[in-house]
Amino acid sequence: MANETQTMTQTMTVSIWRENGDDGRFEKYEVPARENQTVLDVVAYVQQHIDPTLSYRFACRVGMCGSCAMMVNGSPRWTCRTHVSKVVADDQLEVAPLRNLPVIKDLATDMDPFFEKWVAAEAVFHPSKTRHDPMAAITPDDPMRIAASEAIECINCAVCYAACDVVESNPDYFGPAALNRSWSLVNDIRDDGQDVRLAAVGSNGGCHNCHSQQGCVQYCPNELNPTLSIAGLKRETTKALFRRSR
Amino acid sequence: MIRPHRTHPLWFAFLLHRLSGLGLALFLPIHFYMLSLAISAPARLDGFLRFTDLTIVKLAEYGLVFLLAAHLFGGLRLMALEFLPWSPHQKTMAALAVAFAFLVSTLFFLKAI
Amino acid sequence: MLDLRLYMLQRLTALIMAPLVIGHIAVMIYAVQGGLTVDEILARTQGSVAWFLFYGSFVVAVSIHGSIGLRVISFEWFGLNGRALQLFSWAVFALLFGLGAKAVYAVTFAGVGL
Repeated sequence: MANETQTMTQTMTVSIWRENGDDGRFEKYEVPARENQTVLDVVAYVQQHIDPTLSYRFACRVGMCGSCAMMVNGSPRWTCRTHVSKVVADDQLEVAPLRNLPVIKDLATDMDPFFEKWVAAEAVFHPSKTRHDPMAAITPDDPMRIAASEAIECINCAVCYAACDVVESNPDYFGPAALNRSWSLVNDIRDDGQDVRLAAVGSNGGCHNCHSQQGCVQYCPNELNPTLSIAGLKRETTKALFRRSR
Repeated sequence: MIRPHRTHPLWFAFLLHRLSGLGLALFLPIHFYMLSLAISAPARLDGFLRFTDLTIVKLAEYGLVFLLAAHLFGGLRLMALEFLPWSPHQKTMAALAVAFAFLVSTLFFLKAI
Repeated sequence: MLDLRLYMLQRLTALIMAPLVIGHIAVMIYAVQGGLTVDEILARTQGSVAWFLFYGSFVVAVSIHGSIGLRVISFEWFGLNGRALQLFSWAVFALLFGLGAKAVYAVTFAGVGL
């Protein structure tokens, strides 16, 4: 309450994308310019105090779940981890739904294409044992396990997917997140589906479309490196090609 | 002008690689055609070669050699990225590719004028 | 839209051309000094098997490499797809190879032994 009195005279303009059907456009809202607030705070303020029809996603609001990912001033970010003071320019802020995904309403995108490509890239575990088999003996210092672990912290927030220009220009491209997880599984010796996986990532929408722009590396909030993973997939598919031609 | 999510060095490295390749691909048919005149119309080719002595043409050639060198060194950077173990110095490699391209093309230009 | 096959062709031709481009730039820096003439070019290349092989392999490689590169650009930036994309890619290859082969022949073995 004390905070509100102090900063009530200072406001800023936030442009938020509104869409419900075919009518997408930016709408401006005046919100309090608080010293310490995140973009998610601003979006929540608009929905709670100005326009209750604004649709947006969030969950943990502490930078762990990735649900609140949106385009902030043209860059894909977790809004709960984006301080307004760091991104506001001339008291202007622009919030839009994640790029490269269909919009359901306002700031909420349809994540189905993202997850469909996850499956199509074989970024799914193929078990090779049953509960009756002994556990696989994998030591933490095994190089393959280290490679798998370095790529494993993806929480499917789709920020990299939104950052990627190849995703934008090629509707078939699986995208950085799916390929990154596929690489992680290539390095999982428990997985039984490597042939199927390499065929998938070497296919039309696969890893060979990556131009190494490294926007995914630039924007991943978990500091993952999908370009590195995709380079690994390029090497593995090349090796498989020469193995086949033996 | 450039969309905000693209304003990072490695995206510009991508753009340079794509535009240099495009420029070279558009230049090549002209280059090949002019060279074929060596046998079908050598006098015309000689006339054209004298025209290329103009400084403005030499500047254009400077640009072309830069595109070729940038595409070469940028391409080597990409193949190192893809086939050698990952280097954490991606921006340095991109910068070096441009630097070498500039050095080589400037050497050409200084020898040409 | 690049699958493993096209990708490998692109990278292999790139590898082949790396030394060829370096050689070509070196020749350019050498030859451009003091101005260029047809006689100067032909004195170097005419009748030469070595230059024929050098520039011949260069033309083969660049025809493949350039047509695949333009294929990607026309798809990603200009939305060309399906049949039209195939036709465009092959047309670029034919143009580069056709003109390139003519140029190589013109400066090496055309007019030799006549």
